[in-house]
Amino acid sequence: MAKDYLRQSALAHLHLAALGVDDPDGAGVVLCERPFRGQLSLRGNSADHEFVEGVQGVLGVGAPLDPNTVNVAGNITVLWLGPNEWLIVTPDGQETELVERISDALAGQHFAVSDVSDSRAIIGLTGIHARDVLMKGCSLDLHPRAFNAGSCAQSSLARCHVLLHQINEIPTYDIYVHRSFSDYAWRWLEDAAREYGFAIINQSAIDVVTQRSTRKESPVSA
Amino acid sequence: MSQQTYRLAVGGHIDRTRPLSFDFNGKRYGGYVGDTLASALLANGVHLVGRSYKYHRPRGVLSAGSEEPNALVQHGTGGATDPNFRATQVELYDELVAASQNCWPSVSFDLGAVNSLFSRVLPAGFYYKTFMWPKAFWKYYEYVIRRAAGLGRAPDAPDPAYYDNMHVHCEVLVVGGGVTGLAAALSAARADARVILADEQCEFGGGLLGAGEQIDGMSTDEWVAQAVAELASMKQVTLLPRSTVIGYFDHNFLTIAERIQDHLGPMGTPDKARQRLWKVRAKQVVLATGAHERPMVFKNNDRPGIMLASAAQTYVNRFAVKPGNNVVFFTNNDSAYGAALTLAEAGIKVAAVLDVRAQPTGRLATKVRDRGIEILGRHAIAAAMGKKRVSAVEVMMLNESADRLIGTARKIACDLVCMSAGWSPAVHLFSQSRGKLKYDANRSCFVPGDSVQAERSAGAANGTFSLAACIVEGHEAGLAAATDAGYNKNASVPKAPVRQEIEEAPVDPLWLVPAKAGEHTNKHFVDFQNDVTAADVVLAAREGYRSVEHLKRYTTMGMGTDQGKTSNVNALAIFGQVLGSDIPDVGTTTFRPPYTPVTFGVLVGRDVGELADPVRRTPMHQWHESKGAKFEDVGQWRRPWYYPLPGESMQDAVNRECLATRKAIGILDASTLGKIDIRGPHAAEFLDRIYTNGWKKLAIGRCRYGVMCGEDGMVFDDGVTARLGENHYWMTTTTGNAARVLAWLEEWLQTEWPELKVYCNSMTEHWATASVAGPLARKLVAKLTSDIDFDPDNFPFMSCREGAVAGIPARVFRISFTGELSFEINVRSSCGRALWNTLMTVGEQYGITPFGTEAMHVLRAEKGFIIAGQETDGTVTPIDLGLEPMVSKRKDFIGKRSLSRPDTQREDRKQLVGLLPVDAREVLPEGSQIVEKVDDKPPVPMIGHVTSSYYSAYLERSIALALIKRGRSRHGETVQVPLEDKVVPAKISAPQFYDPEGVRING
Amino acid sequence: MLLIKCPWCGDRDEHEFSYGGEAHIVRPRDPEKLTDDQWADYLFMRKNPKGAHLERWVHAHGCRRWFNVERDTVTHAITAVYKMNEKPPRSSKT
Repeated sequence: MAKDYLRQSALAHLHLAALGVDDPDGAGVVLCERPFRGQLSLRGNSADHEFVEGVQGVLGVGAPLDPNTVNVAGNITVLWLGPNEWLIVTPDGQETELVERISDALAGQHFAVSDVSDSRAIIGLTGIHARDVLMKGCSLDLHPRAFNAGSCAQSSLARCHVLLHQINEIPTYDIYVHRSFSDYAWRWLEDAAREYGFAIINQSAIDVVTQRSTRKESPVSA
Repeated sequence: MSQQTYRLAVGGHIDRTRPLSFDFNGKRYGGYVGDTLASALLANGVHLVGRSYKYHRPRGVLSAGSEEPNALVQHGTGGATDPNFRATQVELYDELVAASQNCWPSVSFDLGAVNSLFSRVLPAGFYYKTFMWPKAFWKYYEYVIRRAAGLGRAPDAPDPAYYDNMHVHCEVLVVGGGVTGLAAALSAARADARVILADEQCEFGGGLLGAGEQIDGMSTDEWVAQAVAELASMKQVTLLPRSTVIGYFDHNFLTIAERIQDHLGPMGTPDKARQRLWKVRAKQVVLATGAHERPMVFKNNDRPGIMLASAAQTYVNRFAVKPGNNVVFFTNNDSAYGAALTLAEAGIKVAAVLDVRAQPTGRLATKVRDRGIEILGRHAIAAAMGKKRVSAVEVMMLNESADRLIGTARKIACDLVCMSAGWSPAVHLFSQSRGKLKYDANRSCFVPGDSVQAERSAGAANGTFSLAACIVEGHEAGLAAATDAGYNKNASVPKAPVRQEIEEAPVDPLWLVPAKAGEHTNKHFVDFQNDVTAADVVLAAREGYRSVEHLKRYTTMGMGTDQGKTSNVNALAIFGQVLGSDIPDVGTTTFRPPYTPVTFGVLVGRDVGELADPVRRTPMHQWHESKGAKFEDVGQWRRPWYYPLPGESMQDAVNRECLATRKAIGILDASTLGKIDIRGPHAAEFLDRIYTNGWKKLAIGRCRYGVMCGEDGMVFDDGVTARLGENHYWMTTTTGNAARVLAWLEEWLQTEWPELKVYCNSMTEHWATASVAGPLARKLVAKLTSDIDFDPDNFPFMSCREGAVAGIPARVFRISFTGELSFEINVRSSCGRALWNTLMTVGEQYGITPFGTEAMHVLRAEKGFIIAGQETDGTVTPIDLGLEPMVSKRKDFIGKRSLSRPDTQREDRKQLVGLLPVDAREVLPEGSQIVEKVDDKPPVPMIGHVTSSYYSAYLERSIALALIKRGRSRHGETVQVPLEDKVVPAKISAPQFYDPEGVRING
Repeated sequence: MLLIKCPWCGDRDEHEFSYGGEAHIVRPRDPEKLTDDQWADYLFMRKNPKGAHLERWVHAHGCRRWFNVERDTVTHAITAVYKMNEKPPRSSKT
């Protein structure tokens, strides 16, 4: 792993840290970049028990087999991308080791695991109008009757391909977007959020804020 | 400011505490919040609002809704101006500015009206017949005609407003917020379905707004308010007023144009969109779109002051406006009697009611008669009098078969004529959904036939015109829709509302009031907006037109911005009469979206400016920007094109960048190249099938150039692929084809060869790539790397290594697109900028020079390397490119069989060659055609074309690549390239101009 | 805009998909043994029926899977969706 000072997040050029607040009081929409997470692409045969169990053994959580769902255990999140394709998200710095552990566990099988941590930027979106913002550019049915905390889906947002993961009922989303499109995606989101009043939040504060809101507004997250 | 002398003292859905002033045709008027522009103009006694399209006849307000053909205005000013706004729909706001269209110098004195004098010589098809000869002159005629005929003008400045889109899903979309739609929405929502209720008006209630009728012991206004309040309280309901459903597309996809801020004028909230396009996917649709009243077709029926009976009723009820003081009604059905009563109760003198039917006996007719109003059975208006406002009507009796006017004419003075020729259900959306209409002879209208999509029509849209029946039908439709969508909680239809039904006598269609003896029907307007008269329709039939679609195009009937909402049925009925066909046999024209005109802005949404298309940025993008790079779009990527120093031209910069790379060291951001990770036990077999050459023998750590073809044998992409492990390959693709190649690989794996155990993953975005090229490249890279042996014997051309470059884990490929010693250094994207910075800083001592895509193109062309998409265009085989040694004879691959088809075997195929203009300063334009010699007369056979062409600073001359018939056997021959102003001779050569032996690339 | 039911992701808008032409055209095992006409038939000739059509689609902006669709070319009604390794619905004529 390269030294931290050699690394730049996808949206570093926007200097979001300088614009961010800790408390987005009154904003209908809150945005932030969630930089530097380990991301692995995992391919394998979900009908093969050895593969499924091998993955579960390493991650402590199975790769989700239901389309467009997410399994979470501790600090590992596994998102369904296709019937033989998943995205594993880990804390920064664990990706290299995890590639090795998965490779060892699945040795001899037909599978592929690759470090793709820098392929996608992750934009955090929350607030009471977060869903409205997405509806402006995404044709998925994002209504709670169809898409909930723990749902994920690949689709397009405005003119770029995205992977959406709904985290909680506020709703809060992680929007995964290919790195080269992230500048466009961010500008588009800011533009779409403008009418609701939006704030850029410090990425360290978003989890605090969303947890607080979840407790306050949505006791049904179970 | 002019007085609102036609405003009633009480009533209406207007807010008298909020007066407004506005400007129409430069004159100030007053109105109230709640008015439309049309109602406010009528309140001020203004009936003349525009001029017609062809004859420039004075026109007034015909309707009170979106079907309006006449009252089209230019709304707003500057960049925010919009043409063709219907005054009947424009909500009044303070300081509104609007003007009549299609008139010059003014609506009152319009020079174009001279056309009207010639209406006998400007019949249907006149333009087709007259201006087609001589054919070449159409361009001159067209200029004059387009100036004379036209509706409104486009803004000449950018629109300051913004527009957006919203995607939404629902179980039940209810179109139309009249009583039927409200009932449908209530029943669907009570069953817990997600409901969207959209209505084009600013408030729900439809035609009943302000009407003095009763439902369930409530006034209609109370009933509507209660329904809206209940709907608003349910969170599964979305209420969209000011929202027109404009299109009904496949699989229940509908679009709604919402006018969010139009009613606020230019002073709306800048952070909000002016209009929004809702893109709705509905499981079920209820069409409660109501019906349009039809005008009567009589002489001068287009005069200002002649309007639909229901419209006059709406102006009284909803807007508290008297559309006139002295009215004559002309009808063939009972609904107009209701309007007559409303007007009479508002204090307007009803001079007479003319009824086509001999003995109008309905309850409403009786009530009218009881008020002492004269009813004239089997009478018609023979002609209207007055020019800019109706002043009287000439009334005559109809004969028994209603095809002749008889008796003596009687003149009745009036300033308002209200007409009703029956009702046409608004079947437009049903028709757009591909449903076929059926004709209901009893009600003299087209009604929806069988549904094709998941929709149902209810209420007036379904031909059901009584209020109580509409409510019942609405509830039933809403509940049925919710049930079909899977929602039937608490499902029941409320009992039928209590309302005394008014028995109606049947309508008696009279499609055309006959002309008086010796006259024509060329002032009997059918389509007001397009100035189509009954005579035009008759003429079309006489000239042999039989299809209603042809009638439409020949006469332009129904082709205006109103799409003939008020005119279509009349037109085709008259057409049918002339042809001797029944109306169902004549059929209708096809309704197409949008239902009413919409702004381009709302369709475009936010796809404007920097949001119109993504700009893909590499991790080094900001560095390029900071160095003043000029950029080039490559697909959606924005790549540095060249880096001009102060005072440099593009050619100067490119020359400098090329020479630096040839003589010292250049650096290129190659992050955009596609990178695909290919793994699995069958990876080599798979590559063998994809590429023309073989891959199984490639050693680990080595790279190979590959070309892939489509199954037709034509080159599709090329690039270098490296073998990283036994079952692990790394493929690179051209920048523009990265996604396409991955999709291509997946397609073959999933659809044709599922037995192959191979996984492909895109790595393009995870890796940033800096390519350093030039004789000093090794020095630089070696200086920054301790764990890779850069000795040429240990790290030869076409091989790859892993190590840490500048402290960053990297994959280094020794491959070259420039012909120089070159290393492509790949690091994680997050470190791309750091790598680049270090290479630039440390490279300074070697004279490192960033080069852009233009220099890259020159350098590779000097070397004769092709670019897929530049040297190839989907008609070029690998053999045409001289790559025969790369085309395997032993194995099969995609496209191989096609290389032995007769066409690919042709001897005169175009082949890749070099082309050296005889004048070394002459740079041929890319795409130039090549000929043997220029003949005096065409045709001159073309033997090829220039695919790439540059000035080479290193070679100090122009060079080009070209595809020329039999080119490979013609090296040394001279051909001609004819340009616009000269003919350039050029010599065919081998397509390598620089270091053909590869000394430098291997060095 | 069509609504296409991806066998994995369910109903999605048409713009998430790419069209792949007629389904069930199998690449010949040994192309070299084919006559030019036979190869041209595989390469170029397609049914283009009026009515039911078996065709391939890929969920390009979703799970990237290819699958088959039976679609009426007149009404655009989609009457069946099935995976690559599955047989077409019995009703349709291949």
